[in-house]
Amino acid sequence: MNSFLRNLAVHRLQLTRERATTLQVNVGRLCNLACRHCHVDAGPARNEVMDRQTMEAVIDFARRNSFAVIDITGGAPELVPGIAYLLDQAAALAPTVMMRSNLLALAERSADNIPELCRRRKITIVASFPSTNRGQTEAQRGSGVWEKSIAMRKKLNEAGYGVPGTGLNLFLVSNPAGAFLPVDQCAAEKKFRADLARKWGIRFTGLFTFANMPLGRFKIWLEQSGNYAPYMEKLAASFNPATVAGLMCRSLINVSWDGCLYDCDFNMAAGLPYSGSPVHISEVPEAGEGIPVATGDHCLACTAGAGFT
Amino acid sequence: MNTYYDPRDLARFAEIGEDAPEVAKRFFDYYQAVFAEGELTEREKALIALAVAHAVQCPYCIDAYTTACLEKGSNRAEMTEAIHVACAIRGGASLVHGVQMRNICRKVSL
Ligand code: SF4
Repeated sequence: MNSFLRNLAVHRLQLTRERATTLQVNVGRLCNLACRHCHVDAGPARNEVMDRQTMEAVIDFARRNSFAVIDITGGAPELVPGIAYLLDQAAALAPTVMMRSNLLALAERSADNIPELCRRRKITIVASFPSTNRGQTEAQRGSGVWEKSIAMRKKLNEAGYGVPGTGLNLFLVSNPAGAFLPVDQCAAEKKFRADLARKWGIRFTGLFTFANMPLGRFKIWLEQSGNYAPYMEKLAASFNPATVAGLMCRSLINVSWDGCLYDCDFNMAAGLPYSGSPVHISEVPEAGEGIPVATGDHCLACTAGAGFT
Repeated sequence: MNTYYDPRDLARFAEIGEDAPEVAKRFFDYYQAVFAEGELTEREKALIALAVAHAVQCPYCIDAYTTACLEKGSNRAEMTEAIHVACAIRGGASLVHGVQMRNICRKVSL
């Protein structure tokens, strides 16, 4: 029994799937950056990306189920050939379609009109922004990232993203720049809003604060820096049973670049398939209810403090 | 143990209550109330604590409030500025006593 399940057992809690309202599509591990906290170990040398046939299977699956949200993530989704097709099709199938972006890749794809497609189809952009401090941001995401990402945020504001009344949502995501817990979301949003407006004139719709997952490249860094055991102890000590009812894996189904299904993106990175054994999206009519969620020690990052999924 | 300070001792702080539980309880209740959100946010209070920790040079407090500041949403530049405030006040407090030195000098000198 993993340490997460032990915590659930102590509190007599169970984690099973309910009706899936969010389809999360991980289109691959290719990325222009190699951030040090990345749980999927994405980077410029990775070549696993979703092909057209799998995208079609994803679209069919979305048509068979009615999802409130389709969440497209990676790697850097903008770099995947055929991403325009997936975004365009998805936008017709769910009231909310969002794309996770490091913004540098989005800037690179300006010439191919990906930003324009997002604007036209009112696709929500969820952009990483770990810290309002350049040094801490670049320590996580790589040097030279700061200026470009600030410039792209300003461009998105100019296009109406993050501006009230336009219907164009720009959410920011802040992961801690190290082995510590994330800031309380409300307090962080207040501070980011004031700091970004005062220093750079940037506006945004909302902020999410996410814990770093002890998986992929972040796990390697934790181990190499001697932070793994203290970080896992901190996550376990901060276990909050009240977060379990709202965990995203109850109502989200994740499909990876090769079409396999998972309960969440973290389980995809950990190699823990939906329903316990590998299954392809084309073989499943709909995400089942009442199925136990596959779990691992990393799940403790979802239930620490206020929780984040 | 070959140093006076052991990082693991921080987690044993509550043991201080073993031989004087009443006062310890009052202290820890008071401590908790002080750091709760009030007119100042928890983030601002953690920054003050970090600065004071450097002024009193307590390694336990520096350890605890560095993490607390990060988890309450302060960035490294803000934390560094807070320490400079502590440094300026500490340095200023020494320097301003130089006026006493000058007063005494003046009194005893020709
Ligand atoms: S890591 Fe995934 S499965 Fe585990 S608690 Fe978080 S969302 Fe659920």
